[in-house]
Amino acid sequence: MSFISLLWVLLLGSLLGLELIGKVPPTLHTPLMSGANAISGITMLAALTLIVKAEGNVPLLIIGSVSLGFALFNVVGGFFVTDRMLAMFSRKPSNKK
Amino acid sequence: MNLPVIIKFVIDLLAVLLLALGIKGLSKVKSARDANRLAAFAMSLSVVGLLSYYLGTSGIAVQSWIWIIIGSIIGSLFGAILAKKVPMTSMPETVALFNGCGGMSSLLVALGVAIFPISGGQENFDFFKSLINEVSISVSIFVGAITFTGSIVAMAKLQGWLSTPGWTQSKVRHFVNIVFAVASLIAFFDLINGNTSSIWLLVIVSSLLGIGVTLPIGGADMPVVISLLNSYSGIAAAAAGFVVDSQLLIVAGAMVGAAGLILTQVMCKGMNRSLVSVLFGGSLSAQSTASSGSGEYTNITSCSVEECALTLEAANKVIIVPGYGLAVAQAQHTLREVTKKLEQNGIEVVYAIHPVAGRMPGHMNVLLAEADVPYEQLKEMDVVNPDFPATDVVLVLGANDVVNPQAKNDSSSPLYGMPVLDVQEARTVFVIKRGMSAGYSGIKNDLFDLPNTSMVFGDAKKVLNDLIGELKDLGVGEK
Repeated sequence: MSFISLLWVLLLGSLLGLELIGKVPPTLHTPLMSGANAISGITMLAALTLIVKAEGNVPLLIIGSVSLGFALFNVVGGFFVTDRMLAMFSRKPSNKK
Repeated sequence: MNLPVIIKFVIDLLAVLLLALGIKGLSKVKSARDANRLAAFAMSLSVVGLLSYYLGTSGIAVQSWIWIIIGSIIGSLFGAILAKKVPMTSMPETVALFNGCGGMSSLLVALGVAIFPISGGQENFDFFKSLINEVSISVSIFVGAITFTGSIVAMAKLQGWLSTPGWTQSKVRHFVNIVFAVASLIAFFDLINGNTSSIWLLVIVSSLLGIGVTLPIGGADMPVVISLLNSYSGIAAAAAGFVVDSQLLIVAGAMVGAAGLILTQVMCKGMNRSLVSVLFGGSLSAQSTASSGSGEYTNITSCSVEECALTLEAANKVIIVPGYGLAVAQAQHTLREVTKKLEQNGIEVVYAIHPVAGRMPGHMNVLLAEADVPYEQLKEMDVVNPDFPATDVVLVLGANDVVNPQAKNDSSSPLYGMPVLDVQEARTVFVIKRGMSAGYSGIKNDLFDLPNTSMVFGDAKKVLNDLIGELKDLGVGEK
């Protein structure tokens, strides 16, 4: 990928983000923030790349592994906690017995 | 193009699409939960795509697998445990912690690449390409470090582990932060000039900058800061995408970065604060203690729980205004019992939710949903404000600044212009509060002085429990 096309990717990604979030009821702001936060843990892919390309360089492997751990902490925790919050919203029909 | 490249391209494209759909779906109550799962699926899909690409091209060494598994298991395990255990009231600080770790991850990736340049991709040395590489490494480290230290400070402050030190309110802090910023700029240029060791300087000063910027900010503004840091962690991820040459990372990072900015804007609007004053204005209470000299209450009416119960029993329409104090007292379930009793007596009960009730937009909705409050009873500020004149009783529970009429009437007030709930329009207002202490803003609340306002002093949970007892004695809700 050339640098210029990566910049295009950056630009279009940002515009997409602005457009997607535009109309959200305040109710969902906290879950949305936590969901988006989980997605920012996508750096786990960078950490994985680092580990795969380390070629036996142990310090690099360790850095990559720690980085992967931090990223997955963010991703797994983020999605679980968001699910927990959203589960409360979807539970409402059941209490109208 | 060979097969693994094509497969990875298709999977990446699919993952981006699903992530975008996920974020989109998160903006509607109905689809939110599925959308969150969709996004989680897209994330795992992207991992499968990346690993299969390397398996199909360079192969993955056994040693690499071992470190991948170690990192994944530890990270996921801690994340899952924390997510299951943390109470709903601590949601803001939990998001801050997760967010900080995302920033740390980007920082580490950039640091790793900077210290041990990875082979492949850059066989033929190209000055322009190496410049881009160094710039993206620096950005990733700079933003990642600020995200990490800033989020940790935010978390510590929300948990009450860290207070706002007095010296951080003086003007000196701007000077200190400027020094950190300039130092990171110097380290950045030094790095581009080929001095690799200055990367450590960059790590240290940008970490200090994250602390220096976050520490002076008061608790009330913390949600805005967390939201902003959430945006930063997206930017850090995008920068890491440039470092390892991954479009998927750049797109996802940019989406989160943009989303975080919008959310930050929304929160600022709800609190009548500009982003600039949040970031550089210091703690609001520190500013206003000087200006609000007229902070004496002259006409406080306090009343007993019994009177409150009697008034409630005679009401037709009741509006509850919950605030963070309710959540602190863990009284949302008790509140639900009170409202159930009132409803059984044919009294109309509605919850008025200010956009920043709780500590984050939407936080109060989550807390009330946890207590089984039907979603239809939660009314947003703009919807509920015209209803106040036709309301018999308003119960203000642990909310303060969001019901301060000063925001409408007193142009000299720091709150002036903030959207508030017009509770004073109702016939009777009960404010359940532990004492006369001021709200987050540290500003006197004119509502308490009004003739139709009565204060019920006590811990929210205890008062509500007493209220249940009194209502029982009156035979409310028992048929």
